[in-house]
Amino acid sequence: MSVVKIPTVLRPSVGGAKELDIHGDTVGGVVRALVERHPTLGGQVFTPDGELNRYVNVYLNGQDVRYLAGLDTPVDEADEVRLLPAMAGG
Amino acid sequence: MTQPKTVADLLRDARAETPEVAPATVERARREGARLAIVDVRELDEWDQGHLPDAIHVARSYLEQAIEAEVQERDRPIVIYCSGVTRSFLAARALRELGYTDVSVLEGGFNAWKAAGLPWRAEVALSTDQRQRYSRHLLMPEVGSAGQAKLLESKVLIVGAGGLGSPAALYLAAAGVGTLGIVDFDVVDASNLQRQVIHTTDRVGDKKVDSARRTIAALNPDVTVVGHDEMLTEANVDRLIAGYDVVLDGTDTFETRYTLNDAAVAAGIPVVHASVFRFEGQLTVFRPYDGPCYRCLYPTPPPPEMAPGCSVAGVLGVVPGIMGLLQSNEVLKLLLGIGEPLVGRLLLYDALDGTFTELRARRDPACPVCSDEARAARERGEAVRLPSAPGGGAFALGSSVPPR
Repeated sequence: MSVVKIPTVLRPSVGGAKELDIHGDTVGGVVRALVERHPTLGGQVFTPDGELNRYVNVYLNGQDVRYLAGLDTPVDEADEVRLLPAMAGG
Repeated sequence: MTQPKTVADLLRDARAETPEVAPATVERARREGARLAIVDVRELDEWDQGHLPDAIHVARSYLEQAIEAEVQERDRPIVIYCSGVTRSFLAARALRELGYTDVSVLEGGFNAWKAAGLPWRAEVALSTDQRQRYSRHLLMPEVGSAGQAKLLESKVLIVGAGGLGSPAALYLAAAGVGTLGIVDFDVVDASNLQRQVIHTTDRVGDKKVDSARRTIAALNPDVTVVGHDEMLTEANVDRLIAGYDVVLDGTDTFETRYTLNDAAVAAGIPVVHASVFRFEGQLTVFRPYDGPCYRCLYPTPPPPEMAPGCSVAGVLGVVPGIMGLLQSNEVLKLLLGIGEPLVGRLLLYDALDGTFTELRARRDPACPVCSDEARAARERGEAVRLPSAPGGGAFALGSSVPPR
């Protein structure tokens, strides 16, 4: 099980959880499994074509998956997947 | 019973056991890059007014405690100097007691050195008031008089005198950053006072730039405040940021953040970035072409419902305070050239968990603003093409909330 860190702004879509244990072999697998469990996340995380929205960064153990293998990046048990949208407040 | 020693006795003894070396000889050795350590044992104010090039400053009063950090090898040749020779001879004796085996004294001291027309250099002079005000900076070698003088000559632009900009402006002013530009078109609102600590209750309704200027003037008269009572836009951004050493991004809309980013990359000015949301903050440093820029990190802004501002979502007042001070710290590091600036690292702060998390941020080779290709085009004088969205402008934003 990988730990998925949920940003504050997306927590209402997952029942308020700060983090969730999700199984998946790749980053895409983990995020899709998350969306299956919490369908309202779908539109926020994915484009209609099933790509990651460019305003949601996804990090695997602190590394941006855009610079790894994107959604195909393999995920091990005990890895940390973090969803992180930009924030503008100042 | 023996007579107590006089200072003259002490000095005579020390002199008898310490060789003196002529200024010209020291200068020759210095130029030849000898292994020689030249140690200035005078007080800090004397050092600041002028000292030998390549000399190490260890005031006589701290000599025994501090010399080891500067000169580790006990057999390294050391030449000590003061203004004349008295303090040098006494210092030489102390060093020998510590086991230094090759200690000599500069003949005639710094006075003779200067009289011989040999090279010396002076730190920028700070006034007596400044020495007192910045004494805690001056005590640290990473800042010192040279660093403090650098801060006093530095220019920092703070965009937004709000939650992030207020604490940042206070601390940068206190630190003695000589010129603080402040961009904000807004007026002080009662709802700002829970976190925008540069403003006060009796200034509700006043222009934020005027309010900030008054607070800073009362805090530190060394600081010149340049107020820009206008909204930062594509039309004025180049003019606003010109001539500043560092920009601190304390804005609160994506539109302004992208506009600022694009212009700062083009101008080669680093931007210290922070943003906050409720109990969380993000912090990083965008140094053009060295690490990523804002567009590398976030290629497009989220839809408004995914990024409500503080006026909609709320924010714990201390969170922008903490993030604004972390920004100030990064600004000071950049100005002083010390430490490891947060370039290519995104720091997240979660106030509820009490945790900091560091993520890696990379320069996007396909970035429309800071890629090698964009840079080359810019250097050829071509306009850099930004991604456009339906509705015109760089991005179509669902709502345009003015910065507060």
